Amino acid sequence: MNPFSSPTRLRDMIRAIRACKTAAEERAVVRKECAAIRASINENDQDYMHRNLAKLMFIHMLGYPTHFGQMECLKLIASPGFPEKRMGYLGLMLLLDERQEVLMLVTNSLKQDLNHTNQYIVGLALCALGNICSAEMARDLAPEVERLLYFRDPNIRKKAALCSARIIKKVPDLAENFVNPATALLREKHHGVLITGVQLCTDLCKVSSEALEHVRKKCTEGVVKTLKDLANSPYSPEYDVSGFTDPFLHIRLLRLLRVLGEGDADASDSMNDILAQVATKIETNKTIGNSILYECVQTIMSVEDNGGLRVLAINILGRFLLHRDNNIRYVGLNMLMKAVTADAQAVQRHRATILERIKDSDASIRKRALELVCILVNETNVKALTKELVDYLKVSDPDFREDLTSKICSIVSKFSPEKIWYIDQMLKVLSEAGNFVKDEIWHALIVVISNASELHGYTVRALYKALQMSAEQETLVRIAVWCIGEYGDILISNAGMLDTENPVTVTELDVVDVIEIALKGHASDHTTKAIALVALLKLSARFPSCSEKIRDIIIQYKGNLVLELQQRSIEFNLIIAKHPNIRHTLVERMPALDEVTFIARRAGSLPDAVLTPTGPSVGLINGVARPVGPIVDLLEINSDDAPVPSSSGGDFLQDLLSVDLSLASKQSDAREPSKNGTDVLLDLLSVGSPSAPIELPAQSNSSMVNILFPKASKKATHSPLDDLSSLSLSSKATSNAGAAPTMDLLDGFAPSPPTEENNELVYPSITAFESSSLRLVFNFSKQAGNPQTTNIQATFTNLASNVYTDFVFQAAVPKFLQLHLDPASGNTLPASGNGSITQNMKVTNSQHGKKSLVMRIKIAYKINGKDTHEEGHINNFPRDL
Amino acid sequence: MIKAVLVMNTQGKPRLSKFYEFQPVEKQQEAIRNVFSVLCSRPEHVSNFVDAESFFGPDSRLVYKHFATLYFVFIFDSSENELAILDLIQVMTLIGVIGYQLVSVLSVLEAVNFWLKTVFVETLDKCFRNVCELDIVFNYSKMHTILDEIILGGQVLETSSTEVMKAIDEISKCALFPIWFLTCRLEASSNAINLVPKSVSGWRSR
Repeated sequence: MNPFSSPTRLRDMIRAIRACKTAAEERAVVRKECAAIRASINENDQDYMHRNLAKLMFIHMLGYPTHFGQMECLKLIASPGFPEKRMGYLGLMLLLDERQEVLMLVTNSLKQDLNHTNQYIVGLALCALGNICSAEMARDLAPEVERLLYFRDPNIRKKAALCSARIIKKVPDLAENFVNPATALLREKHHGVLITGVQLCTDLCKVSSEALEHVRKKCTEGVVKTLKDLANSPYSPEYDVSGFTDPFLHIRLLRLLRVLGEGDADASDSMNDILAQVATKIETNKTIGNSILYECVQTIMSVEDNGGLRVLAINILGRFLLHRDNNIRYVGLNMLMKAVTADAQAVQRHRATILERIKDSDASIRKRALELVCILVNETNVKALTKELVDYLKVSDPDFREDLTSKICSIVSKFSPEKIWYIDQMLKVLSEAGNFVKDEIWHALIVVISNASELHGYTVRALYKALQMSAEQETLVRIAVWCIGEYGDILISNAGMLDTENPVTVTELDVVDVIEIALKGHASDHTTKAIALVALLKLSARFPSCSEKIRDIIIQYKGNLVLELQQRSIEFNLIIAKHPNIRHTLVERMPALDEVTFIARRAGSLPDAVLTPTGPSVGLINGVARPVGPIVDLLEINSDDAPVPSSSGGDFLQDLLSVDLSLASKQSDAREPSKNGTDVLLDLLSVGSPSAPIELPAQSNSSMVNILFPKASKKATHSPLDDLSSLSLSSKATSNAGAAPTMDLLDGFAPSPPTEENNELVYPSITAFESSSLRLVFNFSKQAGNPQTTNIQATFTNLASNVYTDFVFQAAVPKFLQLHLDPASGNTLPASGNGSITQNMKVTNSQHGKKSLVMRIKIAYKINGKDTHEEGHINNFPRDL
Repeated sequence: MIKAVLVMNTQGKPRLSKFYEFQPVEKQQEAIRNVFSVLCSRPEHVSNFVDAESFFGPDSRLVYKHFATLYFVFIFDSSENELAILDLIQVMTLIGVIGYQLVSVLSVLEAVNFWLKTVFVETLDKCFRNVCELDIVFNYSKMHTILDEIILGGQVLETSSTEVMKAIDEISKCALFPIWFLTCRLEASSNAINLVPKSVSGWRSR
């Protein structure tokens, strides 16, 4: 006797599997069982075949491979006894599928069983055939199934009917053979058979137009009558569900009627009465009654047009919306959404109810309702609907606000009759839910504002007022600050006053204070601060009297940790202090942004898709990308084509991306001045801020990430860039008059080949491996003259609460790489991240530029004297190492 | 058509899974995981419908029902009525419990007794907690037999619990006794079995 074929009972196996605490334990148990089953199969052990298959089915359900048991199924099916056959067919349905060759072998057994004298065995065979029938089997066995449609026992008849449905789905050519028996089934009295017969007819009508014609001509009357009898039938206990006689049959019949009535006026006509009767008679206080009604409504909506019935149907849906059961409200909304195309007028009448549903307690219903409302919006009702939505925005819960906000914004921008209304609504949304407004939406708003020159005054005053009320809404603050920066003089002078407005008295100091608050607010992120700085610079030119105060504010940022702000602060300070003669031209109002270009750019919406942060390592990259930004910009100033403000932002972003993602990739003209772009960029960081730290990589590791969380930096890229490019325009204009300012800005740029003290290229570091207990971070550097060799510094951090001793790190690389591993800094790793081990490696890539690095690692250590291993595969190295 | 029927517990372990459209094992497991991750994050008192297009392809809907420690999940396409499927789950769970009793103890009388007890004690939840999960696990091949009597090839085969139970009873007898023995026993037991349905519908309407 094979020691493996220990006869564990099925029950014991299940118990053992259930007792497993971890997935690994479970795998071990399953592996052992599978081995036992294989051994038993090899010995051709008849006694346990049955039990083995039962076990295999359970193992299959848990998701383990069980293909080796397939032949066992066939053997069991071929055996004479009922229990064996039952198990065999169950296994057949679960373990095999219609695509496998093995299945062909079963056809013969099936044929025998379909002709068996025992009806239960016939039933088993039909059931299996109905579940796994393939096209070949369908052809071979169709005559048997057709014969069984006339079998005396109803159980067999109904199974045969569904089997036929499967057969004609697999081989539509066989449909004509089944038309006559199927129509005969429609006259059945037994409900089970009737349900399946109706199903078979429906399927027949779908696959064959001749069958559809035949059934439509011969059976429409019959089906209508059956439904009528059913609807009027007295109580029958057997099929009663909450007081309705067999709702499933109702539903199937209505569905068949739908197929028959679609596209045929006569047939639709003959069923109008019964549809109306069902639609009006069914009570709606029970779920099941509603499911019949729902089906009836679907039928009414798809059969040929009968105005009265449709209105009735839509009214039923309207009532669904008021039902207290969530499910019914949900299907009601779904159906209404489809009904909009058929009869928008009738749906519009339920607008108020649908609006109510936006306030539903169930999130998925709210979402549907909101979508439906958006479909219903048109030019005539946009004002009323938007008002409702904006009012609701004030009380909605936070999860829903984002959705609601974006929908309102899209409605408003799509249907707005006039600009002032658009601006008004957007202001309302911003002051209610400014934090949920997406970037492209407020960008769009700025474009609209800058184009509406007659509304500048109105807008900036409204924004100023709104800012006093709700200063916590980030987006509102940004727009307000931007507008005040641009149109601050109008705010003071009250120019362009509309009739409906109340005048406001604002002094220059007030305005500067407002911006200062925005700049220093705790909630303000990096983008807002950048916008505020630019606004201050602009105001310093608009209000000469405040210029000293503004300079004081700006100068406070010269030591800011965020490089962008630091650099702006120093530049602006210089402009205010040293170059009053060019300041006015430099900070002129932005020219009206080109709406067409903006829309086109938004359609492409490249930056958003690419910049979306996906994980910690990308976050790091973003952190690096930020400081690089202004430099590309500055390079752009130097190159002689003056950028158009509105259209260049997106390109810059792409430039930025290619800078940080693949440093070696081809740049546009920005790259030309130097041979080695990265060095220049690094070097340029010191422009205008001599004290700025040169070691960018070190900074990007820790502090930068914290300050510039990915979201902020993503937002940040847009507006300061635009502002800067406007700067560049003017600086170019004045460069003849005084070359000094440009030289100031671009001081470090002139000596082109930079001489860095450490001649190393720099790459973003990656988190190479991270488990629940251990983190491994790689820092990269390269000797400039030797692109093939990369120095990697590995830093290990222990995240668990136990100290790791005897820590050993091993690494393996493919043949095209050479690896040199230096000794580690220690072999004990303190607990909970209280220290780390570092280890240097040198990797030489013989196929540099063609293949990127990959590495397999193994880490061994002891926790409390117990050996532990961790393995991993690292393939997220920066591409060009 | 119905694409799949899944029963899983609140820890995400599958307890019964049947796919009517062929899927390789890995896909099945992935589907089960995906469904679970959606279901376990749904709050209570929301609708029983979930958008399933992201993991079962276009035109698929998902209806689930949560009983004690089990989720009953049906995935189907637009040719089925969502509300009716919801009711079918009810039928299935119900027959599952009774069917199990019939199959396992093989005594019609005892099944009726059990049934009456649960109705009178009015511990629907308890009944599921104590009976369902473990019994579905230990009798899942029987559960498959029951399921095959309700749904065949993705279509609803029978909705009357009486009919289903009758069929299951007969099959379970076939499985234990030689076939000749069965024919005479069947006549005797069919009367007793008819007692069950009234309480069945009574329970469901509550």
